[in-house]
Amino acid sequence: MHNGQPETTLIKLGQPEKDTWSLCRDEDGLPEVRPAIVPLSVWQQHIDETDLAPWLPSDTELSPALAEELTKAPLVAIDFPAFTDGRGYTLARLLRERYGFTSEIRAIGDVLVDQLFYMTRCGFDALALREDQHLDDALRALGAFSVSYQPGVDIKEAMFERRLREAT
Amino acid sequence: MYRYDTYDQTLVDERVAQFRDQMDRYLAGRLSEEEFRPLRLQNGLYIQRHAPMLRIAIPYGMLSSKQLRTLADVTRRYDRGYGHFTTRQNLQLNWPKLEDVPEILAELAKVQMHAIQTSGNCIRNTTSDQFAGIAKDEVEDPRPWCELIRQWSTLHPEFAYLPRKFKIAVTGADHDRAAIQVHDIGVRLWHNDKGELRARVLAGGGLGRTPMIGDVVREDLPWQHLLTYLEACVRVYNQFGRRDNKFKARIKILVKALGIEEYRRRVEEEWSHLKDGPQTLTQAAVEAAKAHFPEPNRREVSEAAIAAYEQLRQNDRAFARFVTNNVTDHVVPGYKAVTLSLKRREHAPGDVTADQMDAIADLADVFSFGEMRVTHEQNLVLSDVPVDEIQALWDKLQELGMANPTVGTLSDIICCPGGDYCSLANAVSIPIAQAIQERFEDLDFLYDLGPLDLNISGCMNACGHHHVGNIGILGVDKKGEEYYQVSLGGNSRDDASLGKILGPSFYREDVPTVIDKVLQVYVEQRHDDEHFLDTYRRIGIKPFKERVYA
Ligand code: HEM
Ligand code: SF4
Repeated sequence: MHNGQPETTLIKLGQPEKDTWSLCRDEDGLPEVRPAIVPLSVWQQHIDETDLAPWLPSDTELSPALAEELTKAPLVAIDFPAFTDGRGYTLARLLRERYGFTSEIRAIGDVLVDQLFYMTRCGFDALALREDQHLDDALRALGAFSVSYQPGVDIKEAMFERRLREAT
Repeated sequence: MYRYDTYDQTLVDERVAQFRDQMDRYLAGRLSEEEFRPLRLQNGLYIQRHAPMLRIAIPYGMLSSKQLRTLADVTRRYDRGYGHFTTRQNLQLNWPKLEDVPEILAELAKVQMHAIQTSGNCIRNTTSDQFAGIAKDEVEDPRPWCELIRQWSTLHPEFAYLPRKFKIAVTGADHDRAAIQVHDIGVRLWHNDKGELRARVLAGGGLGRTPMIGDVVREDLPWQHLLTYLEACVRVYNQFGRRDNKFKARIKILVKALGIEEYRRRVEEEWSHLKDGPQTLTQAAVEAAKAHFPEPNRREVSEAAIAAYEQLRQNDRAFARFVTNNVTDHVVPGYKAVTLSLKRREHAPGDVTADQMDAIADLADVFSFGEMRVTHEQNLVLSDVPVDEIQALWDKLQELGMANPTVGTLSDIICCPGGDYCSLANAVSIPIAQAIQERFEDLDFLYDLGPLDLNISGCMNACGHHHVGNIGILGVDKKGEEYYQVSLGGNSRDDASLGKILGPSFYREDVPTVIDKVLQVYVEQRHDDEHFLDTYRRIGIKPFKERVYA
């Protein structure tokens, strides 16, 4: 099932990296190729297998119980069924900021150049680009802005705080 | 008004560079139409019937003379020499060329302007009271708060792909001039009986296909928590708002579906985690925002000058009319705010030519400290005019054709671009506005009618706010023909209400006559001092119906 899957480019912590994980969207059965990212429900039945990791659909309701369970995962992927579906941003922030998730959070699905900057601000540290995206465009887009007004997962200080700090 | 520091400027400059890159990739075919769409929309660029259009942000309506001159220059060089002030305090260019837009944005950035988030499914330009900072009924100047909201919402990483667009309006006065009850979120700043500043937060208002009045989510939010609370409100919407049907995707549908109690419960739950977090406002942060809105350096206006102004008002009927409708009281004695009417029969409501923009900028410099405000009724305000200069300003405005003494009257129509410009329209709207203005041009009659909002939209998207017009007119399509539906009793001010449909729709030619009949009923039935809305609320729709369909 992994064979025939198009190569995606992975950006990890701002750098291109060879992707060792395969992605399985099939709800039935386990993939042979490991390590593999599998649907949440599949992963939940094999929680102790360290070469499996879950992906969350964008409409996941992240309860404290689920968040607790996810701490056992080597990485969590969040799916963007369409790049215009903004729920994944909130999911990533909640995982990082509310539940203190520290392992990799990976964006999968419709992951395009022009959303990467926002994704990293929300706590995604791995970006599995859609296959047709240009890597150099993507790396450039990551640095689109050198300042932000709001705190995020990357910068903890709102711009208004920074200004006050620098003024004194 | 707010002045950029190096951080604001850097952000806007980087935004221009980013959009230039996106435009290049689009033109080179590396970015598909569909993928480019939200990117250009979030830079104010959308494609309509005739051409691309560009909507430029005027944050909470504040504009400097220098900025207006740049806008004039931009419309000359990149458009057809005019611009259109919108009902959300923005300026729209109707004819820019797609590939020129990055260059236009670069020009705007030089005068601290941009088109960020003026369209698209994101948090839009925050709007406010055009008399902010000078209104007699104000308890708190909303502008510093609007600016804090502007910064919080600008390029917010989590909220760039909401289910649908999201509009916030803020007022700090007793009387609502910002239509907060028909916004996705409305904020009213008020003082409790200990004199502490509080925010009332409403959610779920809006016009469009399914008009609704917002409900109160939180009555008494301490000011420190404004941004974290807004973040909770928007986050709940981002997670739970519908994404399967764009006509059901606004927050009003979510609030309606959940009920205000359940929406509030979710917001409060979310907020309990965000409260006291890094966006909590401090006194120092608010003071810093307030420092951007200093009192202008007003001079003393003598008692004699004030008396002479009152005298002129008594003696000169035309001047008196202008004062009654277009001049607004000011907190500082001897000063007034003057509204420039952009409702002239030769122009679509809100349209201003480049030459007029330059002339207005000059007037702002001479009469009002180089600043002006855009109103949601699509007029302009010079907010700080000494009374002994009002006559001179009035003379200049008459030369410019902007002294129509009809602000707030039947003739001060809010109107969308309609079928002449908009591909979604069922019917034209500007010619209807013009026909009504022509029919009711007798000034004595207009004054006698008193304050009256007449709003026109060319389709149910309601860009012309027809639901909240005391008289609303909506273009409808019946078997490919243009018809107009009339509604009565809408109101966007205090105790907002949505208009009720009068009955079957009318031919275009008949609209002025229908309006005439509606007005006759009002004039016959009103008690002393009753405004149109009061009479309507007292007698109901029936007498109007009987007359119009007799
Ligand atoms: C000609 C191009 C225009 C098009 C195609 C257009 C389209 C739309 C659409 C589809 C909506 C409904 C969106 C929704 O309910 O979610 C809308 C709402 C709105 N439009 Fe426009 N519009 C145009 C021009 C304008 C202009 C020039 C103004 C200002 C005068 C304006 C002001 C508004 C406002 C205030 C709303 C919000 C109504 C609400 O609260 O839901 N629009 N527009
Ligand atoms: S109300 Fe309809 S016709 Fe008028 S501008 Fe909006 S979409 Fe176009």
